[in-house]
Amino acid sequence: TMFATQVYGDNGKMKEYHYTGPVEHRFSPYSFNGGTVLAVAGEDFAIVASDTRLSEGYSIHSRDSPKCYKLTDTTVIGCSGFHGDCLTLTKIIDARLKMYKHSNNKCMTSGAIAAMLSTILYGRRFFPYYVYNIIGGLDEEGKGAVYSFDPVGSYQRDTYKAGGSASAMLQPLLDNQIGFKNMEGVQHLPLNQEKAVQLVKDVFISAAERDVYTGDALRICIVTKDGIKEETVPLRKD
Amino acid sequence: MALQDVSGFQDTPIHTSLSSLSTSSSPPTRRPFPLSHGTTTLAFVFQGGVIAAADTRASCSGLVACPSAQKILPIHSHLLVTTSGSGADCMLWERILAREIRLYQLRHGRRLSITGSAKLLSHMLHPFKGTDVCVAATLCGWDVEELFYVCSDGTRLQGELFSVGSGSPYAYGVLDGEVRWSLNEEEAISLAREAVYRATHRDAYSGNCVDLFHITAQGYCRRDREDLREEYHRKRERKDAGSHATSLVLTLGVGKRRSVEREKIQRGGVKWHGVE
Repeated sequence: TMFATQVYGDNGKMKEYHYTGPVEHRFSPYSFNGGTVLAVAGEDFAIVASDTRLSEGYSIHSRDSPKCYKLTDTTVIGCSGFHGDCLTLTKIIDARLKMYKHSNNKCMTSGAIAAMLSTILYGRRFFPYYVYNIIGGLDEEGKGAVYSFDPVGSYQRDTYKAGGSASAMLQPLLDNQIGFKNMEGVQHLPLNQEKAVQLVKDVFISAAERDVYTGDALRICIVTKDGIKEETVPLRKD
Repeated sequence: MALQDVSGFQDTPIHTSLSSLSTSSSPPTRRPFPLSHGTTTLAFVFQGGVIAAADTRASCSGLVACPSAQKILPIHSHLLVTTSGSGADCMLWERILAREIRLYQLRHGRRLSITGSAKLLSHMLHPFKGTDVCVAATLCGWDVEELFYVCSDGTRLQGELFSVGSGSPYAYGVLDGEVRWSLNEEEAISLAREAVYRATHRDAYSGNCVDLFHITAQGYCRRDREDLREEYHRKRERKDAGSHATSLVLTLGVGKRRSVEREKIQRGGVKWHGVE
């Protein structure tokens, strides 16, 4: 057709793929450091899990760089994407939490942290933080809450969410196992803590099989009214 | 002001903090990730009030980021905003709009009209014209003029039927054929649902469920969210059964009505919801 002749050059190769003209290289302030984060909310608990691999291109910078950060006794945040922006963002959130504590004499609730993070991220709308955030914690009533964000601050409350490099692989599995989507005639059983932890481990083992940026070890943070418990599970290191 | 720094807007030549504005002089940094786009929202006016409907899929260049997003946000009991465009931009700008409308009511003792709200949103978005802020909202409410379309490129239109988003051509096809002033409530609701269903069927970036709101003098009522997969199976069954009932009026769904609380409403005549 008329349009196809513009795609191929004179030598028969596709123009965009085999480009042979001049190219301007610009410094990119962003870099992708990989990693996957996952959060699940239960009736009275929340789980935030992440792998601990820090990579860039074909190299692995570190095998022990977890992406879950404890914010308060009832809230944990998982940040994946560009590690530099993750570090700065968590420092900013910690500072804002301290300011709130000193001004209002109480800790920020999970919902308040989520709303604040949305405005922090949107404040950099035209040079965004390249971070995919997921907050897991307990709300004011003690129920599990998960808030998922996009890099510029759009957020909403979910029951479960996967973010990061393997998110497209994990999210359908979670939709099926926790949300009972695309299954006919099954009983919708509520998730208890032991089953949720086991599911998270299985899901990350699958992610490590198929995603090159996910692996090494899995760090699980379980948030309950008794505090935050951490568990580390080894994953494939190749 | 923080917004000025963010947008790189220079109002005086003596502005010396050029380091914060340097991103505006060089070409903007390319984002390594896509933002959410793609939707079908619609709103129309009829004798029984205003109907607003939207799908619930938030897509992010090929991936469904969220299958249950909420695209119709209530500002107060008599004003709804439908969102289309970039998800974060819509969420934040409508939060800002809700705050400004509430402040107006507190300062002036009366509710800001929908015309005024539309103008306010349009003027707030104007400094960002030319950047990649993408907000296309329809303000629906109960007022003298009931329906406005505001877009971040500067458009502000009053009308009686709007459909916005990637699925809007398909929705317009259904609505232009059937919308009349004299529709009754059930017909209007099933028409809106049908239009969103047709758009989600043909547009890849719209899908999942449909949200329906109906605004009357008493406020808005919201119907339960319906999964359009059921609608697809119902239509298949009807087609297989050889029924020739193609009239849209007969496709009544199974949504239930849930009405807003009819408590004593505050001065200004509206009930406010917490801005989340």
